[in-house]
Amino acid sequence: MLYMLGWLNVIGEYVPEAWKPMLQYISRIIVPMAEGTIVTFQVFIITIVLSIPLGLILALGRISKFKILREAIGLYIWLLRGTPLMLQLFFVYYGLPNFGIVLDSMTAACIAFVLNYAAYFGEIFRGGIQSIDRGQYEGAKVLGFTYWQTMRRIILPQVAKRVLSPVSNEAITLVKDTALVNVIGVGELLRAAKIAVSRDAVTSPFIVAAVFYLVMTFVLTKLFDYLEERYAIYE
Amino acid sequence: MKMIEVKNIHKSFGSLKVLKGISMTVNKGEVVAIIGPSGSGKSTLLRCINHLETIDRGSIYIEGQAIATEDESGKSRYVSDREIRKICRKTGMVFQNFNLFPHKTVLENIIEAPIVVAKMDKRKAIEEAEELLEKVGLLDKRDNYPSQLSGGQKQRVAIARALAMRPSIMLFDEPTSALDPELTGEVLKVMKDLAEERMTMLVVTHEMGFAREVADRVIFMDEGEIVEEGPPAEIFTAPTMKRTEAFLNQVL
Repeated sequence: MLYMLGWLNVIGEYVPEAWKPMLQYISRIIVPMAEGTIVTFQVFIITIVLSIPLGLILALGRISKFKILREAIGLYIWLLRGTPLMLQLFFVYYGLPNFGIVLDSMTAACIAFVLNYAAYFGEIFRGGIQSIDRGQYEGAKVLGFTYWQTMRRIILPQVAKRVLSPVSNEAITLVKDTALVNVIGVGELLRAAKIAVSRDAVTSPFIVAAVFYLVMTFVLTKLFDYLEERYAIYE
Repeated sequence: MKMIEVKNIHKSFGSLKVLKGISMTVNKGEVVAIIGPSGSGKSTLLRCINHLETIDRGSIYIEGQAIATEDESGKSRYVSDREIRKICRKTGMVFQNFNLFPHKTVLENIIEAPIVVAKMDKRKAIEEAEELLEKVGLLDKRDNYPSQLSGGQKQRVAIARALAMRPSIMLFDEPTSALDPELTGEVLKVMKDLAEERMTMLVVTHEMGFAREVADRVIFMDEGEIVEEGPPAEIFTAPTMKRTEAFLNQVL
C-alpha cells in the first residue's frame, strides 16, 4: 500500500500541473479502495477454494448410479442456476434468520457464492467427466484399478485439462460477481468506490475500481494461460 | 491346466442375442485365435471373460477360480467385485484402440498400475518397465507421450503396459485392426515373441496369417456360436463346416 502511494508521488513529479489535483485525490481514496479490494479478493478466494471441490462432489453425484442422488443434485443445480445470485444473497442474509440462522454479511456472502458457483462448476465437471472416452475406464479396469483409483489417477487429471477454459471463464466472472455482495453491506471494492463517489461528487473512483478489477482479471488470465500451456504437453 | 474355462455363456444387448451358449477352454501355454465375421460375438466373448461385459447365463472360470457361476435357474451369479478384480488381474488385455493414458508418458503408462494397484516400489516398477520397453523395442520412447507415437508403437506400449502386471493370460481384442497395414507387422512380431515364451494367449483377430502361423488352435465363430474349432492346419485347409469355408473363401 505504502509502495503504491510512493509510486503515485513519483508519477506526480512528472505529470502536467493540471493533472495534479486528480492524482492527489486518487492517492487519498486509494487506501479505502485497496481495503475494499482485499475484501473482494477474500470473497473470490473463499468461493474458488470451496466451490471447486463441492462442484466436483456434485458432478460425481450427478453421474452416480443412485437415481435419488442424481435427481436431488439435478434439483439443486436447477434451483441455484435458475434464480438470480442476488436473490440467493438476500435469502441467505435476510431469509435464513427466519429459520434461526443469523449470519454476518461476509459469511452470508461467502455461503451464497460457494453454493451458487458449486452448481456451475458441478455442471462443467460433469460434462468434462462424461467427455472422457469409455476406453480410458476399460483400460484402467483391466489393469485392476478400482473406481476411485480410476477417477483420481486416470479420469480427473484428463478432465482438469478439458475444463480449464470453462473454469477460467467462471473464475473471471466470479471476480466481477463479487461486486454483488455490497447489496448486503459487505465493504468490497465497488462499495468503496460508491462511497467515495457519493461523498465527493466525482466519478474517478469508478475508474480506479475498474483498474483494480482489470488487474485482478489480468492476473487470472495469465495464470490460466500458463496452466493451459502446461497441459498442452500431451495431445 | 485350464487357464480359461467358459461354460454355456449367453449374452444379449437388449433384444439382440450376441452370445448363444458359448463353451470353450484355453489351456496353459496355448495360443488360441478366434476368427469370424464382424458381429459374430468374438470381441464380446473376450470382453465377457475379463468382466468388461457381464453375461446373462453360464459360468466363467479363470485358473479354476469362478468369477461367474450358474444358479439353479440358469442365471449367472457373479462373485464380489473385489474378488472379480483379484481374479481378473491374472489376465492382461490389449485393445483395438490401445486405450493408453494420454496424460502420461510411455513409462508412466507402464508403471502406473504396478505402483497404484500392485503397490510395487517405484524404482523397481521403473526397472521392470524399462526391461519391457526394451523387449517391445521402444526404450527410446520412454519419455514420449502417446500422441507422439505411431499406431504400431502405441500398441506395443499397450502390450508392455499389460505385461507389467505380470498376467498369466493375455487377451488381445483385434490388436492390429486400427493400424495402417504397414504397421501391423511390428505388433504381430511382439505377439509372436510372447507366444514363443509360452504365454497363454487368446487373440481375436482378422489376421489370418497370424492365426495360421502362431495359433495352436483356431476357433471360428459366427452369429454368437462357435461353429468349428481345431488346429489351424485343419481349419484353414480342410474346414468341415460350410460356414467356415464360406468365411475363409471371403478373407483369404
